[in-house]
Amino acid sequence: MHELSVCQALIGQVVNVAREHQATAVKTVNVRIGPLSGVEPDLLAQAFPLAAAGTVAEAAQLMIESLPIRVHCDKCGAETAAAANRLVCGACGDWHTRLVSGDEMLLASVELAT
Amino acid sequence: MCETCGCNITPGNEHLARQKNDQGQDAVTVLKSLLSANDQQAAHNRAHFDEHGVLALNLMSSPGAGKTLLLEATITELKREFRIAVIEGDLETENDAARIRAHGVPAVQITTGTACHLDAHMVHGALHHTDLADVDILFIENVGNLVCPASFDLGQHRNVTLLSVTEGDDKPAKYPVMFRAADLVLFTKTDLLPVLDDFDPARAERCVRDLANPAPVLRLSAKKRDGLAAWFDWLRAERAAQRERARRGQTLRPAVQPDGARVHAQDAPRLRYHSSAL
Repeated sequence: MHELSVCQALIGQVVNVAREHQATAVKTVNVRIGPLSGVEPDLLAQAFPLAAAGTVAEAAQLMIESLPIRVHCDKCGAETAAAANRLVCGACGDWHTRLVSGDEMLLASVELAT
Repeated sequence: MCETCGCNITPGNEHLARQKNDQGQDAVTVLKSLLSANDQQAAHNRAHFDEHGVLALNLMSSPGAGKTLLLEATITELKREFRIAVIEGDLETENDAARIRAHGVPAVQITTGTACHLDAHMVHGALHHTDLADVDILFIENVGNLVCPASFDLGQHRNVTLLSVTEGDDKPAKYPVMFRAADLVLFTKTDLLPVLDDFDPARAERCVRDLANPAPVLRLSAKKRDGLAAWFDWLRAERAAQRERARRGQTLRPAVQPDGARVHAQDAPRLRYHSSAL
C-alpha cells in the first residue's frame, strides 16, 4: 500500500529528527511493522533507498522489526498468536479478542551521527 | 511502563531516551506512526466535525458495490429528517456528485487523478467548500478500493464497509485490514441472491467474526428498497450519539485504529476551528 509514499513520510520524519539534533548523518532507522498495518516490509525496504536519496538519511540502514500478531481473549483471558484473517483465540477458539500486537507501523528510533 | 505509546518520554527524561551507543552515535527514540502527518490532519478534520456536531461517516467498498445508490436511497428517505452533505471521491468524473446534487443535497467531488484512496488532506480541501454549520450527517464516499482506504484516517467517526453479493463470500478473509476497520458491514444487492448460488451471507458474516470484529452486519438492497430500515435506524442512533458527544465535548474514532494512530494521539495538537474559516 503506497510503500514509496509511506517511505517519503518516514524520511520526512527522520530528517526532522536529524535536524533537531544537529546530526550530520543518519546511521540507522528502526521501524516496527505489523502484518495488519497495510504496509509490506519487503516493499518498504525496496522503497527506502529511493526515498532517502539526497537526504541526510541516504546512507542509513533501515532495520524493520516485524511484529507478530497476538490477540488477548476477552472470554478466557489467554494471549495467543493468530493469523491476519483468523484473529480467534488460540486457546478457546472464541472470536471476542483484542489485538495486542500486529497492526503497528511505527518509526521506533533513529541512530544519528553528530 | 508503556513500551509503545511514548507516554513514558517527557521533557524531564527525554535525555535518557537519547543515548549514545557504543559507536558514539545518538540513538533517538521517536515512536511515531509512519502516517503521522495524515493522522494530524485527520485529527483537525475530526475537531472541525465535532465543533459543528456533525456525524462524519466514511463509506468504503470495492468499485461498483453500490455506495452511491445507497446514498441516493438514504437521501430520499432521510433528507427531511437530517441535513445531509456528501463528499465524493473518484479518480475521474463528477458523475457521483452530480447524482447526489440531483436530489437537492450538496456534494463536493474530489477527483484524485491517480490516488486510489482519499486522505485527510484531500478531505480538508473539500471541507472548504462545505458549510458544516448546515449539516447533520456528512457522508464521505471513498474511492472504490478494498485495500488502501482503510489505512487512511480522514477524521471520520465511523467506517461503513459495503460488500455486494456478487463479490464472493470470502472477501472479508481476503481483505482483513478493510473488514477489521468496519464499524458496520453492509451486504448489498441482496435482490440478486435468488440468481446466485455461491454467496452465503452466513459464511461471509463468519469471516467478519473471524477478524474479531463485532460490528453489526446488515443485508440490504438499495435498488429494491429492501432491508433499509435497519440501516436508517443505525444512522439515527449514530446521529443521536454524535449529538450527545458534541454536547459533552467528546469525540469518537472508528473502532479500529492502527497502533500508530494511538501513539500519535499523544501529541496531536488540540486546535479549534472557526466557522469563518469556511
